[in-house]
Amino acid sequence: MKFSFSSEQEEFRSNLRRFLAERSPTKEVRRLMETDAGWERDGWRAINTELGLTAIRIPEAYGGHGFGFGEQCIVLEEMGRAVVCAPFFSTTVLAAGAILNAGTEAEKQALLPGIAAGDTVATLAWVEANGRWDGAGTTMLATPSGDGYRLDGQKTNVIDGHTADVIVVLARTPGSRGDAGLSLFTVSGDAKGLSRRSLKAMDPTRKLARLTFDGVHATPLGPAGGAAAAFERTMVEAAVCLSNEMVGGAERLREDSVAYALLRVQFGRQIASFQSMKHKAADMLMEVELAKSAAYYAAAALDDGDADVAATASLAKAGASDTYIQTAVHAVQIHGGIGFTWDNDTHLWFKRAKSSEVLLGDAGYHRELMMRHWAA
Amino acid sequence: MSEINEASVRAEVRAWLAANWDPNLGLVEWRLKLAESGWGNPHWPSRWYGRDLPVGLVPVVEEELKAVGAIGVAKAGIRVLAAATILAHGTDMHKEKFLLRIMTGEDTWCQLFSEPGSGSDVAGAVTRAEKRGNQWVVNGQKVWTTSAHKAHWGLLLARTDWDAVKHKGLSYFIIDMKQPGVDVHPLRQMNGHASFNQVFMTDALVEPEFLVADVGDGWAVTTTTLMHERRGADGLRTWGQGSSRPERAYAEEREEIATTMEPYKWYPQRAGRVDLIMPRANETGGINDPVMRQEIAKVLTMSKAAEWTARRARTAQEQGRAQGPEGSLGKLASSVIARAAARVHTALSGADAMLTGDDSPMNGLIAEIFVSVPATSIAGGTDEIQRNIIAERVLKMPKEPREDTDRPFRDVPRNTVS
Repeated sequence: MKFSFSSEQEEFRSNLRRFLAERSPTKEVRRLMETDAGWERDGWRAINTELGLTAIRIPEAYGGHGFGFGEQCIVLEEMGRAVVCAPFFSTTVLAAGAILNAGTEAEKQALLPGIAAGDTVATLAWVEANGRWDGAGTTMLATPSGDGYRLDGQKTNVIDGHTADVIVVLARTPGSRGDAGLSLFTVSGDAKGLSRRSLKAMDPTRKLARLTFDGVHATPLGPAGGAAAAFERTMVEAAVCLSNEMVGGAERLREDSVAYALLRVQFGRQIASFQSMKHKAADMLMEVELAKSAAYYAAAALDDGDADVAATASLAKAGASDTYIQTAVHAVQIHGGIGFTWDNDTHLWFKRAKSSEVLLGDAGYHRELMMRHWAA
Repeated sequence: MSEINEASVRAEVRAWLAANWDPNLGLVEWRLKLAESGWGNPHWPSRWYGRDLPVGLVPVVEEELKAVGAIGVAKAGIRVLAAATILAHGTDMHKEKFLLRIMTGEDTWCQLFSEPGSGSDVAGAVTRAEKRGNQWVVNGQKVWTTSAHKAHWGLLLARTDWDAVKHKGLSYFIIDMKQPGVDVHPLRQMNGHASFNQVFMTDALVEPEFLVADVGDGWAVTTTTLMHERRGADGLRTWGQGSSRPERAYAEEREEIATTMEPYKWYPQRAGRVDLIMPRANETGGINDPVMRQEIAKVLTMSKAAEWTARRARTAQEQGRAQGPEGSLGKLASSVIARAAARVHTALSGADAMLTGDDSPMNGLIAEIFVSVPATSIAGGTDEIQRNIIAERVLKMPKEPREDTDRPFRDVPRNTVS
């Protein structure tokens, strides 16, 4: 399996990196993260219109560019590197991913062009108070009602849940258990009976919301009661995509740490000349490069339809989770006192590292998933 | 002239093999043919048994040899490092005298760099070579010398000038190991094997024409040898088991493999035997323990990621792009993986991890993993040295201030005990 980047892809990456450095410097990140929404429609639309980011992996038949996960993951890695405040992961990875995996042709036609064009911001709501990341943990009930369904219950830690135009919701038919009876629905962000509360997110660059559904009218996405496989597939894809986003952030932290160590002078020497710093930096490089390889490989495995992709995705997520947070801890340490201040940018990635480590299940959770695939 | 590409190379080597490969030849006889044809080391210069082929096309040739079961030129052991060094720095006389016999496997080589007083700091060598009359006379002690007891020739780093600064006072020689002044003693390791030797040189002689490069250039030549060693050019990783077929060449190769591989038979264990983790987990029931499952998954994650990292580096190289940092990390990663794998293996064995030999799991193999893995983070450049190299060469972090390079070597502090 090929998982190196072509020269076109490398060029795309370097253009994107330059563009994001210009449009989303940390000054802009800090401005947006202080807002309740966490992103701005006009700014995001401008970036998206210029680069067509949300269209990348959506097939041409639905107004997209029809690229693969390889390209989408380049975007994610670069966005992770710049901790861009935008509803990209929620809209394209989670919502568009679920729609592509579960939706009927008509549903895709109805929902995807808006996302591809950057007009629709969407998300996926599946986590509930029990904190489970798998579909089987779902308790929210979907009751047939009139020409659709009504949803009752609560979803939490929904990424961009308070600002999304469309919310894809995972719920179950009354009386069902486990993977059976799981269904996906779409709900409008301003639906009657839906109350949305923005949560105080520790990582202010990725906003989370709690959504309470009180008899909310919902439209089915795909066959009722048969969403388990499509949902699971969406989680596998999301794990790969998030891993790529994470290694982008980890690499940025690693680079900033070395740059700072080269700048900082103590005891009459650059601190980068001390072996304690050099050995830490070498370990960080090794860990980040290994995590990158796993993330890249997993993206290629998705594009290749590799049969072992679920295990690979979990491997990549476990690796990225441990690596990103470890790199962030080292990065603060290398920066010393300045690294603990609000004015220094390190904490932006430190917090993103933690929120990403937890999101979709931490390293321990994914190691267990991996073992279930391999220990048969 | 037609363009050289994968298809043309494949066709050419295939035709040559069809006309020449014969398993009933003697091993040396066959390898002579192969060496003279240039297909034995096709990336070598055409003047010296090669075909000037880009390194990227060598696997094509190897595939074709493998496809017909043809045996390659001798590759395992220090002889490969000797060949690379001689090609880069040797005289025509050296190349004529040594290269062919390296390829046929007739000559065995060893590397005389490390000393009891200079391990990581190889340039601190204090083995002395002095010109007496027309000959070099060598006195000193070397250590960690694989296969010295079998070697015909040694790659020797020795100090020829004590008033020069450290790296300028060294010279590089090819020394005849089968002479009275060279005394070889095996060195027993913590895992019970004795793969290495101590070599004592007492008025050992080197003819003047076996100086490699000039007097004082020894460090530059050593760097070439070490670079090839770090690249894993000793061929061990790819050398298979040999064929069990009855023909003469195969029989002779089996004998050669048995002898050459003898010192290396515990090497798979020093890498931690990640391949045995899942079978052992199933066998011991450790697979049902949630804590063990986590530990197993950690090792497998690192191991897979390291494998993919090596592939990334290789792909970049094949595509003619500059290798990124991923190319420098393999050795450090393999240390971390080996250590974690050894931990998992002993944990899976439970109380039996206290046993060794035929009283213990897998007839002593698990115990051997545990007592062999420490070599991984020491041999061929310790983890600490690897981290320095990565930090300085890849990350461009400054070297530490040194106190051993600004004065005559005789004034540099060195080990009084070793």
